[in-house]
Amino acid sequence: MTDRVDVRKTFKLFVGGAFPRSESGRTYEVTGADGGFLANAAKASRKDARDAVIAARKGFAAWSSATAYNRGQVLYRVAEVMEGRRAQFVSDVRDAEGLSKSAAVAQVDAAIDRWVWYAGWTDKVTQVLGSANPVAGPYFDFSVPEPTGVVAAVAPQDSSLLGLVSVLGPIVATGNAVVVIASTDRPIPAITLSEVLATSDVPGGTINILTGDPNEMMPWLASHADVNALDLAGVSDAALATSLEQEAADTVKRVRRATTDADWFADPGLSRLRAFVETKTVWHPLGV
Amino acid sequence: MAFEYAPAPESRSVVTIASSYGLFINGEFVDAKSGTMFKTINPATEEVLADISDAGAEDVDRAVAAARKAYTGAWGSMSGRDRSKYLFRIARLIQERSRELAVLETLDNGKPIRESRDVDIPLVAGHFFYHAGWADKLDYAGYGANPRSLGVAAQVIPWNFPLLMLAWKIAPALACGNTVVLKPAETTPLTALAFAEICQQADLPPGVVNILTGAGDTGRLLVEHPGVDKVAFTGSTEVGKAIQRAIAGTSKSLTLELGGKAANIVFDDAPLDEAVEGIVNGIFFNQGHVCCAGSRLLLQESIAEEAMEALKRRLGTLRLGDPLDKNTDIGAINSAEQLARIHALADSGDEEGAERWSPPCELPDTGFWFAPTVFTGVTQAHRIAREEIFGPVLSVLTFRTPEEAIEKANNTPYGLSAGVWTEKGSRILWMADRLRAGVVWGNTFNRFDPTSPFGGYKESGFGREGGRQGLGAYLKEQS
Repeated sequence: MTDRVDVRKTFKLFVGGAFPRSESGRTYEVTGADGGFLANAAKASRKDARDAVIAARKGFAAWSSATAYNRGQVLYRVAEVMEGRRAQFVSDVRDAEGLSKSAAVAQVDAAIDRWVWYAGWTDKVTQVLGSANPVAGPYFDFSVPEPTGVVAAVAPQDSSLLGLVSVLGPIVATGNAVVVIASTDRPIPAITLSEVLATSDVPGGTINILTGDPNEMMPWLASHADVNALDLAGVSDAALATSLEQEAADTVKRVRRATTDADWFADPGLSRLRAFVETKTVWHPLGV
Repeated sequence: MAFEYAPAPESRSVVTIASSYGLFINGEFVDAKSGTMFKTINPATEEVLADISDAGAEDVDRAVAAARKAYTGAWGSMSGRDRSKYLFRIARLIQERSRELAVLETLDNGKPIRESRDVDIPLVAGHFFYHAGWADKLDYAGYGANPRSLGVAAQVIPWNFPLLMLAWKIAPALACGNTVVLKPAETTPLTALAFAEICQQADLPPGVVNILTGAGDTGRLLVEHPGVDKVAFTGSTEVGKAIQRAIAGTSKSLTLELGGKAANIVFDDAPLDEAVEGIVNGIFFNQGHVCCAGSRLLLQESIAEEAMEALKRRLGTLRLGDPLDKNTDIGAINSAEQLARIHALADSGDEEGAERWSPPCELPDTGFWFAPTVFTGVTQAHRIAREEIFGPVLSVLTFRTPEEAIEKANNTPYGLSAGVWTEKGSRILWMADRLRAGVVWGNTFNRFDPTSPFGGYKESGFGREGGRQGLGAYLKEQS
């Protein structure tokens, strides 16, 4: 009996809930940690990035107006579907990062658990970050965190799944929409995640995943007037990070700087959940 | 109908202004190494109040070094409990000297004494009181156990609420264990210098608070100084963007509180008299020199005519004149430069086809003045509906449905504040949910409190001042 010839996949972008190729028609070769050929990933262009922002703006409207309970259920659903694809993620992460089986399993398990952790945050951030304010006057006064809007993010370059999830989770748990550029050299776990997202009731456009070169796309996203914030987690080039921050200033974007020496297994704390929320304070008089 | 009022000026005798002031560095007033001085004037009379030092590069170096020394020394190693007691001392000293500070603020800024006395200075004391209590409770503020201070904070503040903006900056910074170098606005340095004396009276360790007077160049030198860990700025969106650009690539953290173009939305069921008071307070408070001013009035079409009549009637009773007079509603514009800016934008309203109206209003011969002004027939494309005027100029637009009101209110790059006037509680909350603004006032406007976080969405900046949320601007979370 001969070995079966396997059916291989074309790796595409994930924009607006669909899987387009790059409009530029370009791809780039992805190799494993061992240098062997893995795939031809789509090489997204600046036009793809702009299309993703349009999709994200639409996704933001749907996602931010969903109830926190609903967002929590949808994100938990993502974790459920990830769990079902655990073996695939382990294999992807192993190939991408050159890890031992057990180390890859640890990465994937932590990534799924991290996603569950953030799923549970959706209906708690308002209470933890918000407040009723005892003002010195006859007013009821309260503050609530609201999502900043559309976030453009660069996923960590090394940690292809756990790092990605650790960046994406807090952005979407707080109600934002995101355009994320996957690890350039290790994009396949992100592409697998996009297939999970497509089957998890996440409204189209809430999470958009691009593969390619951040050097090429990020300047356009940093200066894009319909992007509200940047997460530069995976930008290791200091000159690029600086120029992106400078571009971001033109529209007063919120910028979370690059993460150096991040330990993605560590307790993330609240700082990422706090990064892309706006505090809204509402005053109303008391009286009869 | 105008009533005759006898003049009721507040006495200037509580204030002693020196002929010239040095910089406040390391607990002492020192001459500027730059050797240059500028004058601060009373904008209501153009009388010179004092000569002020213009801090240069060497002075910025000295002040940052003093702040660093205090941070690595006395202040940095002090317990939260003791920091707290210093802040309580400062709060008490402000209360004790409140009348003096109010008069000084009005002299240097031009705002009515009624406002500096009843709003600005009480809030300043309140801010120090509130934050004093936080200094030894930071573990419980929601930033993880044992959150750390950031270091030396460079703080640059505007001229519209000089001492209040100082309090918003210095109180949380000190409570969280930072030291500061603060630059007040060039046209309103006097209360910051009085605050320096208060720091001396409180025996605050030298270098914890440093005050550098100067103009834009001093501010730029300060925020770009490599010895600074944190930059906090309140002022124009233009300068805020320049600062954000300047600190790109550094490890400095940044909070910005910038401009606004707030919508004040009046529905047809709103109690009209109250709404008119709110509209007036929204745009004419502090001569409209308020970043969160309700400068775009959105009237529901069905009541637009009636509301405009009531508004015009009310504006006819506003009293413009001597800021020290206790009956004055509208004081002086802070500077000739700002007055020119207001004129230019108001003129653009005429040119673009909006209709200008002002009540009969006599302007004093000296000083800088602008009559309360209302533009009707304003479209969303007009400059007076898009750009921050920062003066007593109101642009009136209309809407039909709540959805249209939201659409128009949010149609701006700014997002600092908004107001909603309606009898329906559910509508206020529905609107508040959809307005992309950091502060929403329902059936009120321009309320501030130390416990209540204040700050913007979008190009109105980021970070909050006040409340538990405001501490985040001066703390590093420990996980």
